[in-house]
Amino acid sequence: MTTLNVRRGPEFTRILGLGVARGEHAVPNDDLVEPISSSDEWIRKMTGIVTRVRADKDTSVIDLSERAARDAIAQAGIDASEIDAVILSTISYPHITPGGAPVLADRLGATPAAAFDISAACAGYCYGIGQADALVRSGAARHVLVVGAEKLSDFVDPADRSISYLLGDAAGAVVIGASDTPGIGPTVWGSEGSGAELIRQTDSWLDVRDKPGTPFPTLRQEGPSVFKWASFKMAPVALQAIEAAGITPDDIDVFIPHQANIRIIDQMVKQIGLPKHVVVAKDIVDSGNTSAASIPLATERVLRDGDAKSGDLALQIGFGAGLVYAAQVVVLP
Amino acid sequence: MALSKDEVLVGLAEIVSEETDIDTAEVTLEKSFTDDLDIDSLSMMTIVTLAEEKFDVRIPDEKVKDLVTVGDAVDYIAAA
Repeated sequence: MTTLNVRRGPEFTRILGLGVARGEHAVPNDDLVEPISSSDEWIRKMTGIVTRVRADKDTSVIDLSERAARDAIAQAGIDASEIDAVILSTISYPHITPGGAPVLADRLGATPAAAFDISAACAGYCYGIGQADALVRSGAARHVLVVGAEKLSDFVDPADRSISYLLGDAAGAVVIGASDTPGIGPTVWGSEGSGAELIRQTDSWLDVRDKPGTPFPTLRQEGPSVFKWASFKMAPVALQAIEAAGITPDDIDVFIPHQANIRIIDQMVKQIGLPKHVVVAKDIVDSGNTSAASIPLATERVLRDGDAKSGDLALQIGFGAGLVYAAQVVVLP
Repeated sequence: MALSKDEVLVGLAEIVSEETDIDTAEVTLEKSFTDDLDIDSLSMMTIVTLAEEKFDVRIPDEKVKDLVTVGDAVDYIAAA
């Protein structure tokens, strides 16, 4: 009987390198409050945001991704040609097709790597980490480049009071590869499509085409409902990721949740029951909500500020439009 | 067994106090969550969620906007 060969990869993986690219401009609350009849004080109280990073008009999602990816590849100490798969997580690449990942791979010289986009919004980075870990351990790829990148300023409505003023532009990238010891814990992930309307695009592209007067689509959210879901339903997911990794909350050094809103972050810390010694990443204060980029950005920030160090255990969790979510414990690069 | 409105008020006041540091004695039936107790929309969602857990009731998100006063919330929970 004929049997097929199957590939098997290394037993363990880890993050080999990290890179980030923030939008060129730190936009203060005062620049955005007039069209939403709000104030700097109100935005700080409700979100924790002081500034959000936004990119130049001519800067693209791919430009941000390339900057972040080059640093991640350099830190990993590999050549781009050693990357076998490129995963780009984004909801703001402005083409239905082709995906952004093949374009990014070509720019980086990571050809002929497999390259594809994933649409998992603010959970996209953790979705990507879960896939990269599986691809390397299965032998499907030696190194996987995972990029979370957004230029959300292209999809905001200055008069929208629900989400637009939160959003920023940035990219975060990591290279995942083989490791002698476990560096990425099991991914706990899922979806809750019954909440699809809680964070959404205003109108479909077909409405823009078929219904005269339909404005260019932008993003909206049901803020209080999203707050409730994220604050209270994501804590059990985080705890499952800790348990799946075979550790306890006491073993965690850093908590790096998606930087959606500081009120969500604070409530999650309480609901998870994280010990006092755990550093909580709060890059949202300066960078805003950058969706798929926010976790790698916040990771870079805690490392740069000296609040965490290479080798620390980080609990990361992404959650957002879908609704979708994913969490895992990782060893920081 | 269903709780009395007085029992719900006592429990709800404890939740509000824990979330906002407002004295439980200030949490009375006629008080408006927003105008009198200065509770914003996110704190209100926290209070609602904790009340759901404490009283084993379900308060749909779309119903929360109708809970203007403490009395509205007490009535809803007691009748649930």
